[in-house]
Formats: sequence, C-alpha cells, structure tokens
Amino acid sequence: MNWIAIGQISDIPLRGARCVKTPIGKIAVFRTAENEVFAIEDHCPHKGGPLSQGIVHGTAVTCPLHNWVISLETGKALGADEGAVRTIPVKNDNGALFIALENLALAAAE
Amino acid sequence: MAERTPEKLVIIGNGMAPGRMLEELFEKAPGRYQVTIFNAEPRVNYDRIMLSPVLSGEKEYEEIIIHGDGWYIKHGITLYKGHKIVAIDRNAKTVTSDHGVTESYDKLVIATGSVPFIIPVPGKDLRGVITYRDLDDVQAMLLAAQSREKAVVIGGGLLGLEAAAGLAQRGMDVTVLHVMPTLMERQLDPAAGYLLQKAVEGRGIKVITKANTKRIVGEEKVEGIELDDGRIIPATLVVMAVGIRPSAGLAKDAGLAVNRGIVVDAGMQTSDGDIMALGECAEVGGMVYGLVAPLYEMARVAASHLAGDRKAAFVHSDTPTKLKVTGINLYSVGDFADGDGREEIVLRDATAGIYKRLVLKENRIIGTVLYGETTDGAWFNDLLKRGTDITEMRDTLIFGQAYQGGAPLDPTAAVAALPDDAEICGCNGVCKGKIVSTITGKGLTSLDEVRAHTKASASCGSCTGLVEQLMSLTLGEGYNPAAVQPMCNCTELGHDDVRRLIKAKGLKTIPAVMQELEWKTSCGCAKCRPALNYYLVCDWPDEYADDYQSRFINERVHANIQKDGTYSVVPRMWGGVTNSQELRAIADVVDKFNVPLVKVTGGQRIDLLGIEKEDLPSVWADLGKAGFVSGQAYAKGLRTVKTCVGSQWCRFGTQDSTGLGIRIEKFMWGSWTPAKLKMAVSGCPRNCAEATCKDIGVICVDSGFEIHFAGAAGLDIKGTEVLGLVKTEDEALEHIVALTQMYREQARYLERIYKWAKRIGLDEIRRQIMDDAEKRKAYYDRFVFSQKFAQVDPWSERVSGKDKHEFRPMATVGFNQAAE
Repeated sequence: MNWIAIGQISDIPLRGARCVKTPIGKIAVFRTAENEVFAIEDHCPHKGGPLSQGIVHGTAVTCPLHNWVISLETGKALGADEGAVRTIPVKNDNGALFIALENLALAAAE
Repeated sequence: MAERTPEKLVIIGNGMAPGRMLEELFEKAPGRYQVTIFNAEPRVNYDRIMLSPVLSGEKEYEEIIIHGDGWYIKHGITLYKGHKIVAIDRNAKTVTSDHGVTESYDKLVIATGSVPFIIPVPGKDLRGVITYRDLDDVQAMLLAAQSREKAVVIGGGLLGLEAAAGLAQRGMDVTVLHVMPTLMERQLDPAAGYLLQKAVEGRGIKVITKANTKRIVGEEKVEGIELDDGRIIPATLVVMAVGIRPSAGLAKDAGLAVNRGIVVDAGMQTSDGDIMALGECAEVGGMVYGLVAPLYEMARVAASHLAGDRKAAFVHSDTPTKLKVTGINLYSVGDFADGDGREEIVLRDATAGIYKRLVLKENRIIGTVLYGETTDGAWFNDLLKRGTDITEMRDTLIFGQAYQGGAPLDPTAAVAALPDDAEICGCNGVCKGKIVSTITGKGLTSLDEVRAHTKASASCGSCTGLVEQLMSLTLGEGYNPAAVQPMCNCTELGHDDVRRLIKAKGLKTIPAVMQELEWKTSCGCAKCRPALNYYLVCDWPDEYADDYQSRFINERVHANIQKDGTYSVVPRMWGGVTNSQELRAIADVVDKFNVPLVKVTGGQRIDLLGIEKEDLPSVWADLGKAGFVSGQAYAKGLRTVKTCVGSQWCRFGTQDSTGLGIRIEKFMWGSWTPAKLKMAVSGCPRNCAEATCKDIGVICVDSGFEIHFAGAAGLDIKGTEVLGLVKTEDEALEHIVALTQMYREQARYLERIYKWAKRIGLDEIRRQIMDDAEKRKAYYDRFVFSQKFAQVDPWSERVSGKDKHEFRPMATVGFNQAAE
C-alpha cells in the first residue's frame, strides 16, 4: 500500500477531527477519546454534511447537519438510518499518521 | 440466491385503489413486479375525494395529487397517460390500448372504476350536460361557473350536494333536483335530511324534492329542465350526479364473470386466475363499493395476494359517510331504517341545529345519524363495530363519550378515530397507518425509536403529542409518556435529575458526571455531551473548563454552518444600531471575500452568508478592526436585543428604548443559556420592536417598564406573559438579569424560556423575581459573577490564534498523482 503522511496524531484534538484535502474530495481523520484514529469520506450519506465538523463520541460521529450517526469503523450509518461512507486505510506510526490514497486515486480514475 | 426476473404486472386504471395497492405491494414485495399502468385519464394518481374542495376553490389540483411523476419514476413504473384499454386477450395474456399499444402480462389488475349513471331522458347529450366524476368534469364546471348563470344539479346525494355547494360558491345560481322526498335518503333519515335541506337552502341553493326530470330542454346547448309536473327550470349547466355504476364492460367483453360489477372472491380474484379486479368496478360478496375505506381495504388484500400471501381476505364493514361541504357537519353509519325489534334514542336541539339518532337492536347500536354535532361519530361507530352492549350507559349514551361516568374520558379517542391514511407528520409526510404498523412491526417502545424509524415528529416536532397518543393507543400499558424521559440513551436519568446531582455531588467535569452517574456509554453522545457541557458551564463558571469537543460545530467555530458546509457570520450590532463606519467595514469584507449573500436578519442584524471555514479568522480580523465582536447568532445564549427608536426620535416614545436595549445587550452578551435567548425593548405599547413574542421583552410606558417573558414566535406562536412593572431602568435590568439566571439554572438544555415557564409555573417565577428581593439579588449576583468568565469575544481570540486547527486542513495530498 502507498502510505501518504498527513501529520501527527497531536494535530487532531481528542474526540475531534481534521480534514485532509485530496483530488476526490475531503477526507475526515478522527481521533477518539481512546486515541484511536479513523479516516472516512467527509461527506454524510444523507445530505452530504461535513462529518469532520460533527461531535465525536465512542467510535462514531454525529453529522452536524441532521444528526445522522456514522460509525467511524465501518462508515455505516448507525441506528435506523441506512447509508454508508467509504472508509480510508489509516496508519498510526508512533504518532505519525498516514493514509493510503491509491484506492482513492483508482476510484477517481474509474 | 439467484436474481429473480420480475413478473409483469399490468394495471388498467390509475385511481386511488390501484395507487394504494401499489404502495402496499412495494412495501411487501419490493422488486417482485415490473409494473405498467394504463390510465384513460391523461394524468397521475390524484385524490378523487378532494375534487369537491377543488371545485369550491378550497384546494388546487396540485394539492390533491397522491403520486407525482417522480413516484412512478422511482418505482420504475411505465405509466401510459391517456391510454384507454380496448381489449384484453386472455389467451395471449395481453392488453391493447386505443393508441395501439399492446403489453403482455403475468398478472393483470382491472381497476377501471365506475362511470356516472346518465338518466335516459331526451336531451341528455346536449352541450352543457355533464357528470361529476373526474378532474375534467371539475374543469368543465369551473369554466361554466365563470358565466355566473344558472345551474341545475340532478341528484341530492353526497356528490350532487358537494357539486351544488361548489358551484354556488363559484357564484352560480344553483337548483338541486332530487327524486326522493328528502336529501341523501340513503345515508340520512328524514329528520336529518330535512335539517340538511334547510342548511343547503341557507346557502342560497334552491332544493326541489320529489322532482322527476322529464327532459332536458335546448337546441344544441342546454337551456333548462322540464319536470314531470310541467315546471321548467332554466339552466345553462346541468350536472348529473345520480349515482355511479361499475365500469365492467371491458371485463365482460373479455369473458370474465360480471354481475353488477366484475365478480371477485374475497381475495380480489376474478374468474380468471391471472386477473384481479378491485375498486369501484369490483363486486365482492354481492356488494359494490364507492367510498374510499373499503376500496383501500380491497387494495390491501390485493397487494397481499400479489405479494404471495393467499390468506388475506376482504371483509365487509359499514363505512361512515361525511359530507365535504364546509360548515355542514353530518355523520351517518350503519342501518337506520325503522323495523321490528328496533329502538331508537333521539336528541334534538332546534336552536343549535343539532340532531342525533341512534338505532338500537338488542341493546347494541346498529345505526347512527348525527347532524350539526358529529364529534362522537367515531365513538358510536366503534360501539357499533364492536357490538358493545350499551345497557349500562343507555341513559346517557346519546350525550356522547364525555358523559359516560364509568369510562374515563379517553384523550386518545380523537386520534383513534383517524383513518390510517391521515397524515400525522406534515414535515415528513408520515401517516397514521405507517406509524402504527412500524411500532408493532418493529416492536418500538420509545418516542425516539419511533422518530428514528418513521421520521414522524423528527423534524419540527409539533406533532409529537399526536405521535405519543398513537403510541399509547398502540402499546396500551406498555407506553407511559409521563415517565421521566432519560436525557438520551446513555443514561436512565432525566435532565432535572442530572442537574440536581451535578450540584449535589459537586461534579465538575463531563467524565466525573459520567462516572458518578453511571453513564452507559464510554463518552456519551451528541445529545448528552452538549447538555452536560452547558450545565457545567452554568453551575461552575469559574472552575469548569469549557469542553469545545462537546459543543455543536456552530458554537465551536462561532459561526453558523450552512447546508453546503460554508458558514454565516453575524457581527453584533448593539440594539440593532449601526453607523457608516461599520457598514463600510462590512461592505469591504463582502467585496474582499466575495460573500455571496448579505441579508438583514429578523433580529436587526446583518448576516454574511456563504463564507468558507478557512476564511473565517480573516473575516473576523477585518470586522474586528472596525470594532465588531461576535453577534453570537449561533449560540444557545444571548442572541439579540431588538429595539425601536423610542423617546429619542419617536413622537410616541415614552422611554429611551434604544438606550435600554443597548444597555441590556452590553450587560448580558456572551452568556450561555439553555436555549437561544432573544429579547426586545419597545418604547411604547405600539410595540414596534415586537417585544411581546420574545423570550424576554420590555414595553416602556409612562410610568416605567413593563417586563414580559415566555413569548415564542417559532414552531409555536405565543404572546408573552407579564412578569411585572418596574419604575426605573436599573430595576428593569436587575429583574431581567435575575429572570435569565433563574432560567439558566433550572431549565433543561434546549428548553426555551416559554416551555420552562410553563413547567415551573408563572406564579412561582413572579414570586421569586418580583416579590422576593433577596432571591432576585442572589440570582443577579450569580449572573454577574458568571459574566466575568463569559464576556470574552470569541472572534478576537481566534484571530489571535486560538483553535487554529479548526480552520485549516490537516494536510493536502494526492494532487500530484492525480495529475499523472
């Protein structure tokens, strides 16, 4: 996998998120209370809300626009809502974060 | 499992019955059929019951559409509009339209409805003689009504009277001819028919009963009607509304069993195993039907069979009749002919125009006629359907449900009486049947679950009460809305308990609250975290460190997120007052950042919309140079104090309302409150600042300042309550501040002041704020203390570098690869 450096885990607040801009749109990188890191598309499956701006709780985020709750692990909407966003491989190497973008580039080329 | 090729379902007719059948079918067996519909009318499925309101002008055609074009597209339905099927070939299993389109079917549903009955008299084919059946007829009537001339409606039944009322409302001079001695004799007894006739005549409509039409007079166009007794009634429009007959010709030509209608069994199956029929064209158990409830029942049964459930069976039930003429209330159901072994209970109130009659047999209701006052109709119908023995309540039965001492008044009765297709949630278009079936189907027990699964009451929430009543109705004992609503799924505790325990146990961080109060989740959710953060900010202003990650995005970045992910920026304009220098600074920002929209808000502020998040600090920096601070238009906190120009300019002004408004705003800005707090100060009772629908408002009068509170002008509209009158500006400020602090300390997160006040009681609030000087002073002091920590301009903090991470992407990657 082609890992691309995006910064340090400390760049992201605990229970927070930051955006990474890529050719196919923004990716939201999350850091949970337990210091886990997840990356998903920054685009709610409901109406495209920026998930990176939502409140992070457990391993989920609540979309700021209409309160859909999205699992950071699977990208799937939790509760009764149905829909999913793509998850992006992310690696935490002693605090340095990397994402694997080749899948994305591939997807963009399709 | 291998993909199954969809079977071909062809439907002849596009009325309400097949429309409902398809809705049910798509839920029961999505994707099972490829559907083709032939509609003789050149349009989509609309609510035929609502034609009368369209005729009378109370509704537009667009409002009565049931399925718009999009619905057909969404479900992949091929809809042939304006195609009348002329032949069914049962051997080849095809149908052919008058435009020559031939489609083959696996299953065929005939829903050709009915045709109006035309009385066979000379002149029936003249121009100007029409029936009342579909939208074309309504349009013809509307066209004719423009002449304001004379119209005759033949038929004093449901449809005829609705047509007459509509035409009269459109300005025509209308006469109703009815062959029987009283109107609507099939649904009403003579007494009610008489009352109805009086009411109809009261609208300027002439009624002639026992009127036998001999012929329709005219050369090419209708000129009048001649009755048996020789009378001639002039008319340029004649509407025949004497009844309908099932439209079964096509089925008969195809060799299907046809009696009055197309003969079907209780499963809507015709004599051909691959052909079903439903709606007004179908005859089941020797009966044909014309009211919507049994037709929808047929639709349900047909959909079940198509989905593979062979057990569903149509059962006859009496359908109540209601007349859709505004201002005339009548209700009838069941059998009300006189007969052996039947008794009746009658109530008449001539002055009030009320007539009620119950027909009883063996102590059970078998028929009900209500005129003038019909609210108990559903209850009587329920007793009728259940065959309830009414011996015990016989003496008071006729007075209705409210008078039955034994049985407690059931507040859910009104909801229980609603039909399944009644819309409960307007925002999300959710009907009663859907809510009830989801509650039972998915075993839901809480309001939150119902919201999640059906979306009912999940938007504006104004139908929450109805949804809760449906839940009690459906779940019975299993649902207790009075029980304490937990804050969220993370705890069993309600907001009030949590607030009390935070103080009592001295809990000063979110993790401490969650630990001590045994939260069920590791770090809460998007519902409880902002609430807890507010409670802690409010209760421990000097000790608690605000947790920004528990704040909603707007409060985290001090701007309002918009649907496209951009933000809006509203600088504070104290009391709604500005000047040339400020306006110039705003104009410069608009130009520099290409702000797409500049809008004046309802709170006397200027809103800059469509600003990219990354630009926010620069926008604030420029605004800050001109002296602007955040308008906190995003906050659950003090928003705006609107003012009028008051005694400084206005010839009616009694006090300096502008000055007081600015003083209040400068004193209170930055404070967080349970929900947003909007205020206004009006300089006189003319109330140009609209202070009497605000959370807190002031009306200046000669003798001082009248303080108002608990108004609302959002989802609810509510005038304010008066807190009391004070003499000086200083007193006004102290009272307003104390009231705000009491609200801050007691209300539940997101609870507006009017809801809190309703819960606490207005008198209790007046007692503490107006009458108890010591309490008032204590509230005031606590507010002033907390302001020491709250009055920091969040914009200038961020311009100076706070929370930098919020406004920049973490990284920008991948663009090179993409360019390769």
